[in-house]
Amino acid sequence: MPVKKTFAALAAALALALPGGSALAANDTLKIGFVGVTSGPKAAWGISNVRCMQTRAKWVNDEGGVKIGGKTYDIEIITWDTQDSPTRAKEGMEKMVQEGIRYVVGPNTDPTAAAVRPVAEQDGVMYFPYAFPKELYSKPAGNAVLGMIANYQSGPAIYKHLKENSGVKSIAFLAANESDALSQRKGGVAAAKALGLKVLAEDAYQSDTRDFVPVVTPVVKLKPDLLVLSGVAGGTAPLVIRALRELGYKGLISTETAQDAAQLKQGAGDLANGFISVGGASTPEIRSAKMEEFIKRYTADHGQYDDESNTKVYALEYILETLKANPKALDDVKVFQAAMDDFSAPNPYLKGNEKLQYVGNSSFGQKRQLGVPMVVTEYRDGEFETLFVTKAD
Amino acid sequence: MEQIVVNGLYLGAQYALIALGLTLIFALMNVLNFAHGQMYVLGGFVSYVVYGKFGLPFPLALLASALTLLFVGAAVERFLFRRVLKKSVREESTMLLAAGLAFFFDGIILLLFGQKQRGVPKIVDGIWNWEAGEVIIANDRIAVGVCAILLIVSFIAFMQYTKPGRAMRALAQDKTAAQLMGVNIDRYGMLGFALGAMLAGVVGGLLVAITGVSSGIGGPISIKAFLMVMIGGAGVVPGAIAGGFILGMLESVGLATLRTYGDITYLVIFASLMVFLSIRPHGLMGKPWG
Repeated sequence: MPVKKTFAALAAALALALPGGSALAANDTLKIGFVGVTSGPKAAWGISNVRCMQTRAKWVNDEGGVKIGGKTYDIEIITWDTQDSPTRAKEGMEKMVQEGIRYVVGPNTDPTAAAVRPVAEQDGVMYFPYAFPKELYSKPAGNAVLGMIANYQSGPAIYKHLKENSGVKSIAFLAANESDALSQRKGGVAAAKALGLKVLAEDAYQSDTRDFVPVVTPVVKLKPDLLVLSGVAGGTAPLVIRALRELGYKGLISTETAQDAAQLKQGAGDLANGFISVGGASTPEIRSAKMEEFIKRYTADHGQYDDESNTKVYALEYILETLKANPKALDDVKVFQAAMDDFSAPNPYLKGNEKLQYVGNSSFGQKRQLGVPMVVTEYRDGEFETLFVTKAD
Repeated sequence: MEQIVVNGLYLGAQYALIALGLTLIFALMNVLNFAHGQMYVLGGFVSYVVYGKFGLPFPLALLASALTLLFVGAAVERFLFRRVLKKSVREESTMLLAAGLAFFFDGIILLLFGQKQRGVPKIVDGIWNWEAGEVIIANDRIAVGVCAILLIVSFIAFMQYTKPGRAMRALAQDKTAAQLMGVNIDRYGMLGFALGAMLAGVVGGLLVAITGVSSGIGGPISIKAFLMVMIGGAGVVPGAIAGGFILGMLESVGLATLRTYGDITYLVIFASLMVFLSIRPHGLMGKPWG
């Protein structure tokens, strides 16, 4: 018996002595959901989201939690892999509702984002997709907030820059035969025509294509000044670029999606030099010390940092800061929506006096987009170099 | 036009090699190996690790892929398919087992190698440019194409002129007769399955030098392999080779000529295949009696 008592006393003393132990026990939990793709060819998009959320949540929890309306919460990230299937995505959103979650990051693709919309709107969930259909963010829709720069925002900016600085006059488009890529191609073609560029081709390929030589042979013969790989997945881009360059294509290549430098280096090597893409919302020149700290923590937790996470870091930050400013939004997303127009908070990830502010008026007629820098990059020797930085709205 | 023909031949060589293993397993065991694409992926990742990560010579990486899949194929036959085939006469039992195996391999590959697309340094540098750009093909693609053709020829020679090859052909023609003639059906069944898996692994290892590899691509590769086998005739080695080259050529010509109508090449291929199979259900070289 004395031994048991001694153990109990030791255990109690240990619990009290552990740093943060009592605070952790006292904090309530704020669950934030993630419904997105973390397996298959597009997995990199969702995994980047999850890792950003987990890294930031752990950081907040390590510092004692987040204070919202006089209470302190530990953040718990609940994840669901859609496997890029609309049915799975809907199931995922239903699971979030069952868990009482009001704020969900994702999904990552057009069909999955469209699939979760009815559940989110019916059950009062705000979700932050990385998908581009305008109807998700335009009235009467109100629950979706675009988490990144859309192709119809970055495309015109890239084409204009290349027209003015590289003398681009003709353009061709190549997209996978799936809704995301085709919709991005459509937007790109419209933007190119509006700029007066000559559109030479609007080609498509099977999304499971592995060898692109037969696919790109006809378009190489057309010799466009710029070839746009609309909505190309990170794993596919090096394969297309390699085939293009090996067939002797000398023009520029660009895309409006974020890419992975490591994959480009491994899959295409020097052939990928000069490839233009939309980078993550951060560059060494504009990032703050807090962003540097985030990158350090992310790398420590997950091994390798990727450029896309520079954008994905923002969703959780926006959710938490908006909730901190409007505690009643914890249980009512209508309060969150009402606050979005005037919301403003310091942007912790950028130098200077930059703000976190919702944008999107010009594209959606209402503020349903996270305000993040639009960084256009050029791949060179394993790194992304900043081509130019601008804003979406 | 020359470029389109060269593209078709190159694609056909790799497709034929993919289809060979699948048709061999079907011929010997009447098993539709839905995990064939996953075996290809596993072979690709083995090559990626040996050549891309450890920096060892590419032929050694190919050998590692071949041996790994030879072992995996033998184990799968010995501990899974042989038991099922002995206990169940229903064909769907092996089909379900193969489908389960495909999901299992997908999961294991994802766990071991992650979700990212992986590539390796080029095995041969340079480009072959014929007639000032009429035909352009990278030297590493030529090397892979030649390797694929050499492997196909070696496989045919093995099946034609060696004792195990003859035994497996006998097994494919008539299992009972082969058994009565003294062929050890367990041993040669296992050898055939292992060889089929090895072929998938070798082609995966070979093509990692061109298209890289990533988890999750096994399913589409299996579908293409089934397509080739359907064209050529199930369980017939020359049929698989013909099916591979026909599909490669159809793809190359279709992508070049139908592109202005959208991405309809495979739609046209599938539609043509349905018509073709309704007229000739056993494919080009298959036999109506099995």
